[in-house]
Amino acid sequence: MNTNDPIISIQNLTCGYDDTVIVDNVSFDIFKGEVFVILGGSGCGKSTLLKNMIGLYQPMNGKIFFGTDELTGAQGEQRDKIICKFGVMYQMGALFGSMSLLQNVMLPLEEFTNLPREAISMVAQCKLAMVNLENAAYKLPSAISGGMKKRAAIARAMALDPGILFLDEPGAGLDPISSAELDELILNLSRTLGITFVIVSHELESIYKTADRVIMLDKDVKSIVAEGDPKQLRDTSENLFVKRFFHRQPSLGKTGHDKNVSTAE
Amino acid sequence: MAQRTLSTEHPVASIRVSPNGNRLRLNIIGSLNAPGTASIWDDTINPVRTGKYTHVEVDCSDITYIDGSGVALLLKLREEAGLSGGKLELNNLKDEHKKLITLTWDCDLTQLISINKEHRGLAEAVGETTEELMKGLHDLIAFVGESSVMIIQSIRHPGQVRWKDVFLSCIHVGVDSLFIITLLGFLMGLIMSFQSAISLQRFGGEIFVPNMLGLVMFREMGPLVTAILLAARSGSAFAAEIGTMKINEELDALTTMGLSPMRFLVVPKLLSALAMVPIMTLFFNLASLVGGAVVMLSLGFPLVTFTSRVFSYLGYGDFMGGMFKALVFSILVAGIGCLRGIQTRSGASAVGLSTTSAVVSGIILIAFADGIFAIAFYYLNI
Repeated sequence: MNTNDPIISIQNLTCGYDDTVIVDNVSFDIFKGEVFVILGGSGCGKSTLLKNMIGLYQPMNGKIFFGTDELTGAQGEQRDKIICKFGVMYQMGALFGSMSLLQNVMLPLEEFTNLPREAISMVAQCKLAMVNLENAAYKLPSAISGGMKKRAAIARAMALDPGILFLDEPGAGLDPISSAELDELILNLSRTLGITFVIVSHELESIYKTADRVIMLDKDVKSIVAEGDPKQLRDTSENLFVKRFFHRQPSLGKTGHDKNVSTAE
Repeated sequence: MAQRTLSTEHPVASIRVSPNGNRLRLNIIGSLNAPGTASIWDDTINPVRTGKYTHVEVDCSDITYIDGSGVALLLKLREEAGLSGGKLELNNLKDEHKKLITLTWDCDLTQLISINKEHRGLAEAVGETTEELMKGLHDLIAFVGESSVMIIQSIRHPGQVRWKDVFLSCIHVGVDSLFIITLLGFLMGLIMSFQSAISLQRFGGEIFVPNMLGLVMFREMGPLVTAILLAARSGSAFAAEIGTMKINEELDALTTMGLSPMRFLVVPKLLSALAMVPIMTLFFNLASLVGGAVVMLSLGFPLVTFTSRVFSYLGYGDFMGGMFKALVFSILVAGIGCLRGIQTRSGASAVGLSTTSAVVSGIILIAFADGIFAIAFYYLNI
C-alpha cells in the first residue's frame, strides 16, 4: 500500500503553547492510503500535534510537508492550496449549529468550487449518503446524536474530495455500535477511495481494527516512544509505558503497585 | 465576493453529445473533478432535461479522473433521464471509478429532495406565532411569580442568598458602569440645557432651564437612560451567561444536584440590579446637573442661582418617584435578561438570539412600564 514518497512528512517538529514544549523534536512520515494513528495518554500532546499538522498552530520549530508543499510558513493562495488537500473532523464535530447537515457539507463546496448550485447540493447529498446520513440531511446538528454528528463532520471534511482526512478522537463518547460503524466507515473510505487517514485516538479496540501504523507519544519524554503496527507493539514492545498503555494498566505513581510489568524493562 | 477555486491538477473536461432518435449518447472526456464538472454541467444535463430520450448512454472510457463532483453529475443525469421516463446506462467505466460511484449509486436522492419541500399556509403561520406568543407569556408570568417568591424568601431568609455572587454581580452591574453612566448623565445634562437655553433665550427665559432640567432628569431621563444602559450592558450579559450555561448543561447539573437555578443564578442578579440601579440613577442625575451647571455658568448665571432653582422646584415626590421607577425598571431588565438566558435553546446562535431578545424585550418593557408610570403618577398627583 505504501509508496516511497510520503504524503505527509513531519521533520523535527517541536510544538506547544507559549514557552511550554508539549511535543519535542518529532519526525515521522505518513504514506498514501494508510490509516495512521497518533496515540498516547491524556495530555501527551496528541491534539496539539494534530493542530500543528493542520496549520491551526504555528510550530515552535520544524517543518510540515504535504507532498512537496511546505505548510509551515505558507500563506495566501499557497496555504489555501495545501489546506484543500485535507479535511478535518474535530473532536465534537464542530458542525455549524445554525445550518442543516446538508448546508454544513455544502459550505466548502460553495466557497471553493465554481459548481452550479444544483451540483453542489447533489455532491453534498452524495457525501451524506456515503456516511449513511441521507435521511438526516435537513436536520440541525442539535437534533442528531453524537455518532451522527461525527459522521456528518466526516461528510463535511470529505466535501472537497481531499486525499487526507484528519480525525480528532472519532470514537470518543460513542456507544460501541456507533463506534464500530465509524470504524467500518473509515476502513471502507480508506480501502475504496484510497483516502489517507490521520487519526488521534486512544480507543484501543478501534485502533486494532483500523490502524495500519501508529505512533505513540509519551508526555514525560515529550516525544515518540513507539512506532509500528499496533498489535505487534502490544505483543512485543518492551517499553514499560507502551505495555501499560496497551494492557490498560494504571501507572505506578497512582497505585503504588506496578502490576505484572515491573520486569518489562 | 471573490471566490477561491481549487486549482485544476487534471485537465478540464469536455462533452460530446450524439442524439440518435430517442437514444442519446454522451461521451465525457477528461477529468470530472470540481472545475471539470462545473465546465460541462449545463451542457451535459440540458440535452437530457429538454429531450425525451428513452435511453441515455454515457461513454466513460475517456474519463481520466472522477471525484464526488463527477459522481454528482452522473447521479443528476440518472435523475433527469428518469424524469423523462428514460434509462441511464454507464459504459466502459474504469474499475477505480466504479468503486467510488457504487458508494452512492444505490441511494435514492430524489426522495431526499422532496423531504425539504414543506410549505406552510398563512393560517398555520399565524397559529404557530400565536402559540409561541402565548407560551412566551406563560413563561413570563411563571418567571415573575417564581422570582417574586424567591426574592421574598431571600428577604425572609438572608442566609440562603449567595452574597458573594451578589457582590460580584454588583461590581459588574454597577461599579463597572459608573464611568459610562456618569459620562452619559453629564453629556445629556449639558446637551439638554444647551438646546433648551437656545430656544428659551428668544423669550428671555434661560432662567427656567434649571427647573426643566431637574424635573426631567430626576423624574424621567435618569431612570429611563439607566435602565436602557442596564439592558444593553447587563441584561444581555445575563442572557449570554445563563444561555451558555444552559447549552453546556450546567443548569441541568444544578437541578440534579438539588440546587435551584433560580436561587443560584437569578436571585443574585436580581438583587444586584435592585441594589445598583437606584445608585446608578443617582449618579446619572447628579452628573446631568453638573452638565446643566456648566451651561448655565457659561451663560453668565451664578452657580447659586442654578442650584436654588433646581432644588426649589424639584419636590421630594419627584425624586422618590424617579427612584421607584428605577427599581421597577431594574427588576424588569434583569429579570427578562435571566429569563431569556433560561429559555435559550441549543447551538451557538441560540445564545446570540437570547442576548438580542433580552435587550429588545428589556427596552420594550421599560417603555411600557414608563407609560404606565406616567399615567399613574398623573392620577396620583406625584
